[in-house]
Amino acid sequence: MEVPYKIVIGLEVHVQLSTRTKLFCGCSTEFGAAPNTQVCPVCLGQPGALPVMNRSAIDLAIRTGLALNCEIASVTKWDRKNYFYPDLPKGYQISQFDQPICGPGYLEFSDPDQPEQMLRVRLIRAHLEEDAGKSMHDEAAGKSASRIDLNRTGTPLLEIVSEPDLHSPQAAKAYLTELRLLLTYLGVSDCNMQEGSLRADANINLHIDRDGETLATPIVEVKNLNSFRAVERALIYESQRQYDEWQRTGAVLGDAPKRTFGWDDQRGVTIPQREKEESSDYRYFPDPDLVPVHITSEQLEYARSQLGESPSAIRQRLVNEHALKPYDADVIVSQGRGVVDYFDRMIQAGANAKRSSSWIQQEVLRVMNESNQGIEDFCITAEQLSELVLAVDAGDLDTTRAKDVFQYWLQHPGSNVQSAKQALGIKDVDQSEIEALCRELLAENPKIVAQYKEGNTKALGALIGAAKKKNANADPRLVRELSQKIIEAEL
Amino acid sequence: MELSTDDIRKVASLARLEFSEQELASFSTQLSRIVAFVEKLNEVDTAGVEEMAHPLDVHSVLRADELQPGLSRESALHNAPSHDDECFLVPPVLGQKSHGSR
Ligand SMILES: [Zn+2]
Repeated sequence: MEVPYKIVIGLEVHVQLSTRTKLFCGCSTEFGAAPNTQVCPVCLGQPGALPVMNRSAIDLAIRTGLALNCEIASVTKWDRKNYFYPDLPKGYQISQFDQPICGPGYLEFSDPDQPEQMLRVRLIRAHLEEDAGKSMHDEAAGKSASRIDLNRTGTPLLEIVSEPDLHSPQAAKAYLTELRLLLTYLGVSDCNMQEGSLRADANINLHIDRDGETLATPIVEVKNLNSFRAVERALIYESQRQYDEWQRTGAVLGDAPKRTFGWDDQRGVTIPQREKEESSDYRYFPDPDLVPVHITSEQLEYARSQLGESPSAIRQRLVNEHALKPYDADVIVSQGRGVVDYFDRMIQAGANAKRSSSWIQQEVLRVMNESNQGIEDFCITAEQLSELVLAVDAGDLDTTRAKDVFQYWLQHPGSNVQSAKQALGIKDVDQSEIEALCRELLAENPKIVAQYKEGNTKALGALIGAAKKKNANADPRLVRELSQKIIEAEL
Repeated sequence: MELSTDDIRKVASLARLEFSEQELASFSTQLSRIVAFVEKLNEVDTAGVEEMAHPLDVHSVLRADELQPGLSRESALHNAPSHDDECFLVPPVLGQKSHGSR
């Protein structure tokens, strides 16, 4: 869509790190426990309770930072961010102000408008902080009390802050998609948006060209973006809203302080949130309860050893080494490391890469989606499927019959190609048998033979169906090949 | 450094405290004196002394990511002014919060 302005978007993403325990205490981070059953004096903010840093959160933050091409701080420290809210029992959040664990970096991903082009978003920083609790408000607000569950309080978050390098809602969504994929490949977070393990806030404004100068609209922070679809929809809505507002009021950057809007997914609108003018005054200061952390070269080495192959590196490998189309490589990589491993094991067992890719996309992923199961639970092993692909290549089976075998395996896990063929009554057909069949068909269809001789090679297609009727085990490819040979021998 | 009553008003509002005009005036004198006292530290020559984030000469105090027993819900809620045996109860919160991680 052509719009009379340029959209400028930066994203702040909060990722819950996959530690067993909280950032500063030994309470469980498990989602879904009964309210206030995963709490202790530290995360309740009881006087005198002292926080102690979780080593694993540091390791996961470094691993993420390295994967995002960030500079890793040699010394990082903790600061208090002060504000009052009932789900924040201490009256401050332990966060990182001026010495974040991860410094500038970047993430590259494919441009949704031109998939062969890469977009690069620069990252300002990524810092560790503790999560707040959960407040539940009664529908009839103002009447009953708010209920507070502090299980989530103190859960480790990594806040990844991007530069305003995104220029469309679609690009913002693509960035988040790639970021989530990378984080799940790294194993640093489950990135479950429903459970709040990945949350995004967007800063957005417009650059409008007027009479040779560029005007910028006031920046708005859009919160409550709980799905990738919500991110895209909210940013589409908000950019148009800002343009309308600018046409009405002419307000530009600097005329008003940064405002916060919430996204109402049901109504599909952004709504200004009430806030006090001084609410942004967090009065950060170093937390005297926590000493700085020095990142050692051993810690960096360890984090590097845990990186594994990144999604973008795997895409490149599938295209360069296995000659897959970028689109197909992306489908496989987007399914997660498990499906990539499945593909690699098929190749190792001897199957052709392109056929492995199409079997995975057309059959394996279909069954996984239909039965809502992960690749780990899939009952046909990569080695089995590879055997099937090889059997088709060798001409033992045609693709239709191979799909029957695949279906049979779903019901009878653990059987091989041979036993499936037996059970399905698929007979090995002798080439001479098929050859005789072809001679018979050609004799019965002189018209087709004549058409073929005139150069219409497609005419042979009509023979395939007829051959299948005479012998269900006839491989269409073989029928075509042999028929061609027979006719050409006559020429 | 002299703190004005407006400074005091702002600090008080950040701390959710309400003061009378008389209190504001007296706190402005008292807080100014405290700040002046702390400002004495500026007289110390710190040339060549490395900046530090913490007065203790220790760093990197880390613990293993292992579960530790916490509090029972009963004891967690025990001292709360109001609860419903499951959650802490607080007066209804108006409006939306507007800080970093939400
Ligand atoms: Zn705790």
